[in-house]
Amino acid sequence: MNIVVASGKGGTGKTTVAVNLALALDQEKTQLLDCDVEEPNAHLFLKPVFDKSREVGIPVPAINLAQCSFCGRCSEVCAFNALAVLKNQVMVFEELCHGCGGCAYLCPERAITERHRPIGIVESGKAGKLDYGHGRLNPGEAMSPPLINAVKKMSNPEKITIIDAPPGTSCPVVSAVKGCDYCVLVTEPTPFGLNDLDLAFQMVNKLDIPAGAVINRSDLGDGKVEEYCQIKNLPLLQKIPFDRALAELYACGEPVVLHRSAWRNRFRELFTSIAERQKEVVRWRNI
Amino acid sequence: MKLAVCAQEESLAAEVDQRFGRCPCFVVVDSESGEMINSICNVHAEAAGGAGPQCAQLLAESGVEAVALGNVGPKAATALEAAKIMIYTGVEGTVENTVQRFNEGKLSPVSQATVSAHSGLRGKR
Repeated sequence: MNIVVASGKGGTGKTTVAVNLALALDQEKTQLLDCDVEEPNAHLFLKPVFDKSREVGIPVPAINLAQCSFCGRCSEVCAFNALAVLKNQVMVFEELCHGCGGCAYLCPERAITERHRPIGIVESGKAGKLDYGHGRLNPGEAMSPPLINAVKKMSNPEKITIIDAPPGTSCPVVSAVKGCDYCVLVTEPTPFGLNDLDLAFQMVNKLDIPAGAVINRSDLGDGKVEEYCQIKNLPLLQKIPFDRALAELYACGEPVVLHRSAWRNRFRELFTSIAERQKEVVRWRNI
Repeated sequence: MKLAVCAQEESLAAEVDQRFGRCPCFVVVDSESGEMINSICNVHAEAAGGAGPQCAQLLAESGVEAVALGNVGPKAATALEAAKIMIYTGVEGTVENTVQRFNEGKLSPVSQATVSAHSGLRGKR
């Protein structure tokens, strides 16, 4: 079972929820994948020992000008404008290329070969008995979805996999959320939190992934988010009240469930409600 | 000289557009006579990315020798240079005005980007 922890707004507590949820469960049966490849941070709390590292890249076109007839077919078929064909020159804008391979496949002169362009690395290892994996996107790189997909490929079907998604609702988030069994939307009870929760909820609905909300610092804002959950029929899985001890431990890079048993119980309850919701969804879908 | 002017509509009387890759159209004129040769609708204006180089390709296919614009980004500037299309900046008013000012030497040639990537997506005109 893949549970993805996402949020429209950044800084709402995705990593707090993902890390503590993973640590509250039976470690031998759990895995955590940090898919925020632009700035992975779950490892700061889990302190894993990495034993595997591998480069990830995408295929980009390389033009053999001696064979090219400058017909412009490659530029015409590229959905991302990564190729411009001029009089006697073909320009490749690698940073725009998504690595689909269309140009090489459709070139009538067979003048295009593909070259591996590295975009980042995936690393994996163990944090105690917990399986851990993440990706690191190369600095300046914009093409994160292929790397996120590579991190998700490490998902072990025999385990409960918790995925920490990047913030927002753009392509990287869609890549992280797509295909998961359940999505936990972490938010905060503020106007920004509500606005971005709505965007994120629209996104998971489009992707047809069952979702529930967790309101972090639930006692510090207004009641609009709860109202929204009721109106939209978005299950409110848990409210996390503000707790200075949690914030202090967070600032030291310490997951609260390892230090406070009450919090451990809370996150176990969160998992139980996710599992129950999941069961309901499955039952509903099978009718 | 075959000069393309970034414009908001396809006529000599049209207002110019400060953006290159994102302008609605290019009005192509014979700079000597000041007459309009044709106009090119910019089908890449709404592209998610890479509009600039595609526009350079469009202009190159039409045999354009120079382009008059407000701003140009890094990828577009590289592509225009590769296509051997000269870049002149400082458009204002109408296309007709701009051609006149081009002939008076009031537009400045540039060989590099004048703005950063994606500036044309920020609603600048």
